[in-house]
Amino acid sequence: MSEDLLARITESIVGGEPESVVALTRKALESGLQPLEIINQGLVAGMNIAGERFTRGEFFLPHLLIAAKGMQGAMELLEPELGARQQVHEAVGTVVIGTVLGDIHEIGKSLVGTMLSANGFKVYDLGVDVPKEDFVARVKETGADLLGLSALLTTTMIGQREVIEAIVQAGIRDQVKVIVGGAPVSQAWADEIGADAYAANAMDAVEVARRVLM
Amino acid sequence: MMRPKLKILSDKLVSQIIDEAYGLLMDPGVRVHNDDALELLAEAGANVDFESKVAHIPEAIAQRALKTAPSEFYLYNLEGEPVVHYGGDSVQFDPGSAAITILDSKTQEQRPPVTADFVKFVKLVETIPQLDAQSTAMICSDVPEQIGDLYRLYLALNFMRKPIITGAFGKETWWTMKEMLVATVGGEAELTAKPVAVFDVCPSPPLLWSDLTCQNLIDCARSGIPSELVSMPLAGATAPVTLAGAVVQHTAECMSGVVICQLTQEGAPIVWGGSPATFDMREGTTPMGAVGTWMIDCAYTQIGKVLGMPTHAYLGMSDAKIVDAQCGLESAGGTLLAALAGVNMVSGAGMMDFESCQSHEKLVIDAEIIGMAKRLIAGIEARDEPIALTLMRSMGHRADYLADPHTRKWFQEEFYIPSEIIDRGTLDGWKSKGAKTAFERASDRVDQLLKSYQPGPVSDKLAAELRRITTEAAQKFGMDELPPLPEE
Repeated sequence: MSEDLLARITESIVGGEPESVVALTRKALESGLQPLEIINQGLVAGMNIAGERFTRGEFFLPHLLIAAKGMQGAMELLEPELGARQQVHEAVGTVVIGTVLGDIHEIGKSLVGTMLSANGFKVYDLGVDVPKEDFVARVKETGADLLGLSALLTTTMIGQREVIEAIVQAGIRDQVKVIVGGAPVSQAWADEIGADAYAANAMDAVEVARRVLM
Repeated sequence: MMRPKLKILSDKLVSQIIDEAYGLLMDPGVRVHNDDALELLAEAGANVDFESKVAHIPEAIAQRALKTAPSEFYLYNLEGEPVVHYGGDSVQFDPGSAAITILDSKTQEQRPPVTADFVKFVKLVETIPQLDAQSTAMICSDVPEQIGDLYRLYLALNFMRKPIITGAFGKETWWTMKEMLVATVGGEAELTAKPVAVFDVCPSPPLLWSDLTCQNLIDCARSGIPSELVSMPLAGATAPVTLAGAVVQHTAECMSGVVICQLTQEGAPIVWGGSPATFDMREGTTPMGAVGTWMIDCAYTQIGKVLGMPTHAYLGMSDAKIVDAQCGLESAGGTLLAALAGVNMVSGAGMMDFESCQSHEKLVIDAEIIGMAKRLIAGIEARDEPIALTLMRSMGHRADYLADPHTRKWFQEEFYIPSEIIDRGTLDGWKSKGAKTAFERASDRVDQLLKSYQPGPVSDKLAAELRRITTEAAQKFGMDELPPLPEE
């Protein structure tokens, strides 16, 4: 019965039915399953399948995002339960992410945030047009080990360099790995401004984030 | 749903073209180098001069033939399912046929094709979802040329499941090809009831039927096997230079074919098709990638529809010698227009260097063009009621459509999603995959598709029978043993 529920949660994640993911998660809790079991054997298992299918070209971005939506909905139910049991869902890493000052492009950055969080990262999304001071403050506050900087314009990508300079000045450069991305951004640019890595797209960002934390 | 359609001729021009074509059937009439056909025409009331072999065909005979010819019919796959619909505005695609060279995948140079090349091609066509039918696409150079036509069909029947567009190069070989088809479907009556093949029959411009092709037409009609008229006015050389003039000639030639077919057997299926071209006034060649060529094709298709005939055209080919920008742009232009014109069977995928060279790589690139063309004519639909009002009100000013169920529900129907031949990655993404050209990506796609090939339904017994029939034909021309079929 309980294995069946976990399998159905996985199926609903893969099948893109966020509402039934949440309903089944509620049912699983009621039937006495542990939140961590539900996360690892139900939700994450589904996200892994969706990710594999995307890599094989069978799934597309809408499939991934709707799967992630189901995962997020379920996590909203599960996090208080974890707290009540004094358990922690060990995040793969903690990420502060945002689009740099002067740039209001949201989609790519949000996609990266969604994919990271669906893959077990704790994500603090600061939104768009974010001043360098805010990035520094949030990294300090959250103890993040990753910082994701997005820029979609050749005129704003310079802002990525300024944020990196700011975290150096704040004395926290050693605590955090910086990943840059966005249409005009390249590996060469990442090297030039002293970022730790460049990610070409949202799926790549997950791989890159895992790699730099290893 | 309003389907996008191209009508290239005004109604007035359509009537005038048809009237002038009727006029041509009477004067100067049609020259027919086939006595059976001349006798049929004379019996029906045409004024036939057996000396000069010219038949003057009254309009009434042509009108009657156009009426008795079926306006639609189906082709069946080897599993007996109707998968190709000739008629109405159905649009389907098959590869260009009878190439005399193949573009070698490694050297990118043209060379004569051999057995392995065509077998690979047939398998590839089976795996390409955008293609609806096979064609006897290349002539293998490792068998005597007298059996070049039937050997293609032999190879295809061993590996195919989809129906096939074919043709004979001789009077005798037609019968061998029919024998193969009868063996494949299990009887003459089965072949008539559920045809799996269409034979191309080509009048010679202007207004002439050779003995061979006319006999093929008659034999098809007698057996109830569909034939496909391939009239090929060459505007400015073997036909009037004006596009409308070339269409007049095409109309008259096709009408004469329909007449001979229907006089042989009323109700026999026959297709209004062609492969016209505008003559290139610099090079003296027959460009298939010329806009004038496409316009003649679209125009005669419109005429065919007005006359209630199923239609065919050779479109989607290129005159380029390598798979380059010219190759892509010419193939795309013709394919999109064919789809808009509603041509029932569009033959041309994979073909280049006019109609002489086939390419596995071009074939899979063309499949992407065909995918786009099919999407285009599927048109734009509301999908939801209201279209977007409820959705957009619930979304407000959030840009969260990518994660919305509405997007997941519709994106694969709304967008044509190409294979990786079409590169839509970032510059870095493209570089990280090896900075490949379209040709190289097409080559990868060919390898990938071939891995998914599933053998056709041909039994060992049938394979042996097909081999017996083909070997007997080969032995007449000094080849004792056929080349072996390639191993997996």
